[in-house]
Amino acid sequence: MCATCGCDADGKVTLHEPGHHHDHIDHHKKVVDVEKDVLHENNLLAERNRGYFEAKNILALNLVSSPGSGKTTLLERTLTDLKSELDFAVIEGDQQTTNDADRIHATGTKVVQINTGKGCHLDSHMVMHALQGMKPKQNSVLFIENVGNLVCPAMFDLGEKERVVIISVTEGDDKPLKYPDMFHSSTLCIINKTDLLPYVPFDIKKVKANAKKINHQLHIIEVSCTSGEGLELWYDWLKTKVLASETV
Amino acid sequence: MHELSIVMSIVDIAQQQAEKEQASIIDEIEIDIGCLSSIEMNAFEFAWKQGVKETILEKAEKKINRIKGRAKCLDCENFFPLENLYDACPVCGEHFLDIIEGKELRVKSLVVS
Repeated sequence: MCATCGCDADGKVTLHEPGHHHDHIDHHKKVVDVEKDVLHENNLLAERNRGYFEAKNILALNLVSSPGSGKTTLLERTLTDLKSELDFAVIEGDQQTTNDADRIHATGTKVVQINTGKGCHLDSHMVMHALQGMKPKQNSVLFIENVGNLVCPAMFDLGEKERVVIISVTEGDDKPLKYPDMFHSSTLCIINKTDLLPYVPFDIKKVKANAKKINHQLHIIEVSCTSGEGLELWYDWLKTKVLASETV
Repeated sequence: MHELSIVMSIVDIAQQQAEKEQASIIDEIEIDIGCLSSIEMNAFEFAWKQGVKETILEKAEKKINRIKGRAKCLDCENFFPLENLYDACPVCGEHFLDIIEGKELRVKSLVVS
């Protein structure tokens, strides 16, 4: 057996150390230590997007949820209510159609639709190209509405400053436990459709406790985009984040 | 089904490394996948079969190291195995924790020729 790396005579490696090339496993084979994150490419482009946002002082938020939680409705309300105070731009992610982009466009906001085709999430590369096309204004707020999916988008950093997970009261209050990765990687959780609470068996205390079990730093805001209840809290959160990025 | 994107990223990394080493064949690939890394192993295996077809990894032997979750309790500083993200510290019962291990997702090494 080789005294340096532990490979035996017929070329099988039995142990090896990082940073050590086994040029002599046999005359042709060689062990290469790679130690590279699988999401390296995505993370590099995400950092590039982040640099772009920082340079232009853009607050980028990645909105994630299951389909039907009310992400687009929340955006419509926000864009309409705050348009005199803040500059906005929106990137919409869906497998197909420009329906959501059309809804955002109707509020008078700059919007780009990304259709992922068969893809289940947005990645930093798609966002980079969307940015090149739309050129969001300096000092603006950019909402990136991800594909409605509570699983896959959790792994893909887009370069956002904050990740906002939205859950509606028509879903189960155990959702944070069933889909923990998304709640773990978010900083704000919006509980939407609270006007429907009298009609559904959704325990708001339980969902909060479940979400906090996954992520003890998670900030939680309850809203109803239909009645407008709670939206002030969301707007305050948003404005605080805008102010924080201006002072940096 | 983000596992297919993950497999394609692994193929890209392997291809780049093989080019760097001027190798034409990858005999083995070793991958670290943490148990808390959001990878569903059945979906990963399925995506692997399809994703490596006609790539440099088609014939490569794949070795996967599953790294178990480990956390540090921020309340009582106890270190403990973490099976689920919602687990509490077994000593003090709190959920204030930092994940130390188990989120890994990386290509560790290749055997090329």
